[in-house]
Order: sequence, then structure tokens, then C-alpha cells
Amino acid sequence: MDAGMYREQIIDLYEHPLNYGHLEQPDFTYEEDNPLCGDVIRIDVRLDEQQRVAEVLWSGDGCAISQAAASLLTEEIKGQTLAEVKAFSSERLLELVGVPLSMARVKCALLSLKVLKAGAYGIPDPSDMRHHE
Amino acid sequence: MYDIERIRADFPILTTEVYPGVPLVYLDSAASSQKPLVVLEAMDDYYRHTHANVHRGVHRLSELATTAYEGARVQVAEFIHAPAPEEVIFVGNATEGFNLVAYSWGRANLRPGDEILLTEMEHHANLVPWQILAAERGITLRYLPFRDDGTLALERLDEFLTERTRLFSFTAVSNVFGTINPVRQLVDAAHAVGALAMVDAAQSVPHMPTDVVGFDCDFLAFSSHKMCGPTGIGVLYGRRELLAAMPPFLGGGDMIRRVTFDGFIPNELPWKFEAGTPRIAEAIGLGAAVTYLSGLGLEAIHQHEQSITAYALEALSEIPGLRLLGPPGTQHGGLASFTLEGVHPHDIADILDKSGIAIRAGHHCAMPLHHRLGISASARASFYVHTIPAEIDHLVAGLHRVREVFRL
Ligand SMILES: Cc1ncc(COP(=O)(O)O)c(C=O)c1O
Repeated sequence: MDAGMYREQIIDLYEHPLNYGHLEQPDFTYEEDNPLCGDVIRIDVRLDEQQRVAEVLWSGDGCAISQAAASLLTEEIKGQTLAEVKAFSSERLLELVGVPLSMARVKCALLSLKVLKAGAYGIPDPSDMRHHE
Repeated sequence: MYDIERIRADFPILTTEVYPGVPLVYLDSAASSQKPLVVLEAMDDYYRHTHANVHRGVHRLSELATTAYEGARVQVAEFIHAPAPEEVIFVGNATEGFNLVAYSWGRANLRPGDEILLTEMEHHANLVPWQILAAERGITLRYLPFRDDGTLALERLDEFLTERTRLFSFTAVSNVFGTINPVRQLVDAAHAVGALAMVDAAQSVPHMPTDVVGFDCDFLAFSSHKMCGPTGIGVLYGRRELLAAMPPFLGGGDMIRRVTFDGFIPNELPWKFEAGTPRIAEAIGLGAAVTYLSGLGLEAIHQHEQSITAYALEALSEIPGLRLLGPPGTQHGGLASFTLEGVHPHDIADILDKSGIAIRAGHHCAMPLHHRLGISASARASFYVHTIPAEIDHLVAGLHRVREVFRL
């Protein structure tokens, strides 16, 4: 087997992450680590009046897979509604990462999504009926 | 003579291909060792021909199983030079050994204000049971620091061992640095202030001769699965007087002499601490493992690992950006932990895996140690009786490939 999972794009994103940094006044921010490997990711999101993702930045530290996935995820959710963010599937993120991953590494890839969802579910969304029940 | 080819032939797994056409290069024995055929056969034979519950039947198989189980205890006692077999308690793993002492001895003997001394290089197994106890009993935990080279700050022992110290529990060999600690010196220092001494021997018993009398320790714990034996069993050695005075840990069958509706009278040692149907097949496997290791000779194993480790440390130190953790030279057990500038340990392990090379990446159950080093994780290659220089060469070539993938 070769190291094909480390395709160029993953290494590019590891070296030059997209959407990296902190927001001054995020509508939600969340941070979590994967204690198994010490990867840590924080995501800051600012929404516009229609509850769409207006700005998103992430920061953190960890392996190439978790860091590249965070860049890909934050790029993908720009302009999405809060409801869409909450419904963002693991499959979709793994598709974006686009390389075969072992079980242990799937957790790395999905850390940013876990952080994003934890943050998103923390704020009430008028279009999300569950918060009104 | 140490016949490495013959030894390698003893381990069926070493000829496995982990991916089609990619043979295994197993450099993760410190996490768990592979098993020689004699151990697999001993357990298989037991299950096929003599399995029954122990200490309970009058029938033939129960008698055979009991004899085999108690025979394994005698083998283990001899292996670690325990004065008596009843000082060998079979537990689930080293971790359970620490929990047993913390719950049983700790709860019966510790009062608020008492102190337990640990070190900054301990595995979670020798941290968390004491932290649980500390929260419950109002005792204080202190940590003997390590120096920058991964050796213990022995010159500060006097400062950390006081008349309040009731127990000093420390590792004989660090599972991250590889440091071989001066066990007897540490035990003597504990005894000098009237404290007991417990040794985490999980990384030493598999690799070098063990003599609990020579150590003069009060408790010592280790796991079978790191020493060619099966998973699911470990050993707690304890001085007879101490074990005899301690209350039971787990309650149930086998650990009692008599039970009434009003209460129970505990069994004698060692069964007082072995509640329920024990790990019979596992004990037999462990017995076969200590016989196997004794056949190779623990001193010979240690010498072999010393030369492989020296070879590995030398070769690794030439890789650009690679930082070795732990002390140089001979006070170094059979492992090499390192970081590689610009690459996370998980990525290192993942890329090496594609070439069949198995190493450990992460915090190796020593988060506080990594925290003190200011890193979240490290990579570790570890060696055992069957490791050959060609495998180290594979590792080094693999690490050069890692650097290429990361364009370093
Ligand atoms: C130094 C040390 N102590 C304790 C343990 C715990 O062993 P187990 O998980 O088998 O209980 C280990 C194994 O990882 C170890 O390396």
C-alpha cells in the first residue's frame, strides 16, 4: 500500500489552511479535543439576518487529516442556513476529504464536524421546531 | 547463544502480511507483545482437554484445571522471585493491581493529610486509582519531577518524601521515555521515611530479570499481555503480612471461607483477592509465557534489547527534525519515543502502517507527562525478543518517506 491517503490536497491544506483564525464577535463558538491523539479544533461562526453562515473561521492543532477536514468543512458551509449546518452529514465530510481512512482516522476527520454541530445546536433556531416543543 | 532466527520462528504472527504483499514489522510490543506458539498451544490444549472450573469440583477435570492454575502461580512466583506463591494474586491486568491496592490497602489505611508520592512519568494506571482515592479520602498526591532528559530528579527525593508519605508508587521503566529507574534506591528512600513502596513493573518484567526480594518492594504489578502471555490477566505481588491484613477487594465466590446470611469470612491468601471463577486459561498461558521467557534467559533478552535500542537510537537521531525523548545510552529500555518536526505522530503512524510498520502514536496513557513536555502526542517504536536490525532499517526508511509526503 502507498501513502495515497495523503494526497496532495491534504498536505496542501495542512500547510496552508483555509478559513484559519478567530472571529471578533461570533454568534457561536465551540472547541473540543480528541483526547486519544490530542487534536483540538475550535470553530467560530457569525450568522447573517437570515441565519446563514456569513463568516466562519477555525483554529486548532493536530494531524493532517483533522486539520485538512476543518478547512474543507468551513469552506463548504459558507452561506448555508443554520438548519443545513445542523443536518450536515458525516458522509458528506468524508466525501470532501476524499481519501480512504481507517477507523481511528475517521474520528480525526470528523472532529471539526462534531465541534461545528455542538456549537450550532447551542443556539436556538426559529426554523428548527424542536426548540419550540 | 541468542538465536534470533529461531526465536522469530516461535512467533507465528511475524510472517503475517498486514496488507497484500506487505509483511508485518511489529514495533509496538510495549503496548502489547505478540505470542509465541507455546503459549497459544498451552491455552488451546487446556481448553481442548482439561477445562473445568477450579477449586470447586471433585471430578478429574476440575482437579487437573486446579493443578494447572495453581501451578501457573508457582511458575510466576519463581519468575519474580516471590518468597511464596500466595503472594502472587492473579488480577485482570497491571491496572487492576493498582486499583486493588488503592481500594483495599488505601481505604483501610489512609487518613486525611496523608500523602502518596508518584512521579511525573507515570502511566494512567498508576495515577487515576490514586486520584480516585485522594478525592474520596482527602489525601494529597505529590509527583516527583523528571529532568529534561527523562530521568527522575533523584536529588529532590528528600523534598518529596516526608513523614506524611504513606506510599511511594513509581514505574520501574517508563513506557514513554524508556528510562530504567533505580528501583532499589527508590524503595529504600520510601522505607527510610516509613512509607511503603509499590512498583509498576509493566514495562520491566517482560524485558529484564525481576527479583521482588532484591527490590525489597511491598507491592509490584504487571500485565501478562506485554510479556508473551494472553490478555485478560495480570499479577499483583504483595508482601504476605500486608496482603493478610488487607480487607478483600471484590466479593463473591472463591474469595470466601464461609458465608451466612449475616456475613462472610474471607478465604486465605491468595484466593481472598480472587473473587469469582478466575482466569484459568489465561493463567496457564501466562505460565507458558514465563517458561518461554526463562528459556531465552531474561539477561539475554535484556542484552538483546539493549543492542537493538542503541542501534535504533543512533539511526533515528540522524533523521532531520526528529527529536528523541528520554535518556541516551544504557539506562534506556527497549523503546524509542520521538517527535518529528512538522508532522503529527498520528500521520507518522498512519504512513508507516501502509508499509506494514506498526508503531504507537498518541499520549501512550501518559497525558501528564506529555503535558509537561509541552506536546500533545509522540510516536513510539518498541522492541522485544524478536526485533532485528532490519526492522529498524525499515522504520528509518519509512520515516524518510513520511518526510517526503510532508515535503520536508
Ligand atoms: C508503565 C505501564 N504501566 C501500566 C500499564 C497498564 O497496563 P494494562 O493496561 O495492561 O493494565 C502499562 C501499559 O500500557 C504501562 O506501560
